[in-house]
Amino acid sequence: MSSDWPLWEVFIRAKGGLSHRHVGSVHAPDSEIALRHARDTYTRRMEGVSLWVVRSADIVASDPSDDAAMFDPAADKVYRHPTFYTIPDDVKHI
Amino acid sequence: MYTTELQKTAKVASTEDPDKLAAFEARVAADEFIEPKDWMPEAYRRTLTRQISQHAHSEIVGMLPEGNWITRAPSLRRKAILLAKVQDEAGHGLYLYSAAETLGTSREEMIEALHSGKAKYSTIFNYPTLTWADIGAIGWLVDGAAIMNQVPLQRTSYGPYARAMVRVCKEESFHQRQGYEIMMAMAAGTADQKRMAQDALNRWWWPSLMMFGPPDENSPNTAQSMRWRIKRETNDELRQKFVDITVPQAGALGLTVPDPALGWNEARGHYDFGEIDWEEFYSVVRGEGPVARERMQARREAWEQGAWVREAAAAHAEKHSRKQEAA
Ligand SMILES: [Fe+2]
Ligand SMILES: [Fe+2]
Repeated sequence: MSSDWPLWEVFIRAKGGLSHRHVGSVHAPDSEIALRHARDTYTRRMEGVSLWVVRSADIVASDPSDDAAMFDPAADKVYRHPTFYTIPDDVKHI
Repeated sequence: MYTTELQKTAKVASTEDPDKLAAFEARVAADEFIEPKDWMPEAYRRTLTRQISQHAHSEIVGMLPEGNWITRAPSLRRKAILLAKVQDEAGHGLYLYSAAETLGTSREEMIEALHSGKAKYSTIFNYPTLTWADIGAIGWLVDGAAIMNQVPLQRTSYGPYARAMVRVCKEESFHQRQGYEIMMAMAAGTADQKRMAQDALNRWWWPSLMMFGPPDENSPNTAQSMRWRIKRETNDELRQKFVDITVPQAGALGLTVPDPALGWNEARGHYDFGEIDWEEFYSVVRGEGPVARERMQARREAWEQGAWVREAAAAHAEKHSRKQEAA
């Protein structure tokens, strides 16, 4: 069993208007130190304006071996895309 | 290069599920990225764990030869730059440890392997930094060789490693340029300074060429690593590229590359260069480098002397979480 501090996933908002994006992870005993480590490790060059840290253990991920069951049902639903519909050229603004 | 890849065998065990293996090989051949939870052959996991952790160890140990000069940098400007560079190398080590951990080995295990002497790191960091010109030569040559090696790794097949390399490469180019700038200042300085610059080049040239690892014919796992897209170019290809771009840079400094066999080969379109002393390389790999012992001692001391900080932070977190539960 490892005595490492818990792992935290780090997310950065590069600038206002953008979503936070995953950049990596840090070990830290608590959220406050996780934020500080994330700052030192991932934002030494003005990479962002906001940081999130989330305990890695709290993330629930889909299983890659279930990819087909998870994502294939969307593959045959082309009618969800606007290009599925044929509209005459002379009909405008649609 | 930041890895020594000297393990005996990276053979795929015959117990692997052949269908899964075939699907994996096809994905890699199609330049898809492999992610942590994806199925992968054990040999792929082992090879990558070794390569990424060695790379991480190299970044961490690599702070020592330069850290040694921070207090002696000749100006405040140089000191701030060197401090920032060494801090970047710590960051590189951390990105890489995180990437290696996604393969299932804990940080603690990796650090123990380094401190016990079981894990390898780049041979280059077992050479001493004797003068300020060495800091110039390291940035120029050692970081230069590192860049040469790391650029293709941005497209390595394991996603977390590739992403770590993208961050690292963004940060590396300043490392090389600040080193070359030091060399320019020294080479254009007094006769003594120029002598120091030439002496640093003399001592760091061959160890820098060794950073690319053993010649291809003695690198039995290269073929496998290339097929799995872990490696994108062979040791000898990268070494040649490095020589080709670095020789003119030495010329621009007015310094001489310490290799009498060095010469432009018109037919090949490359520089020919002399035989590398592989005996020296293997002896440094075995831990016989000039300052190998000091390096490991410094690492272990730093780890032990930092123990109280780690313990205090853990105790604080513990106390805080108990308080929150009580509230
Ligand atoms: Fe680095
Ligand atoms: Fe560097």
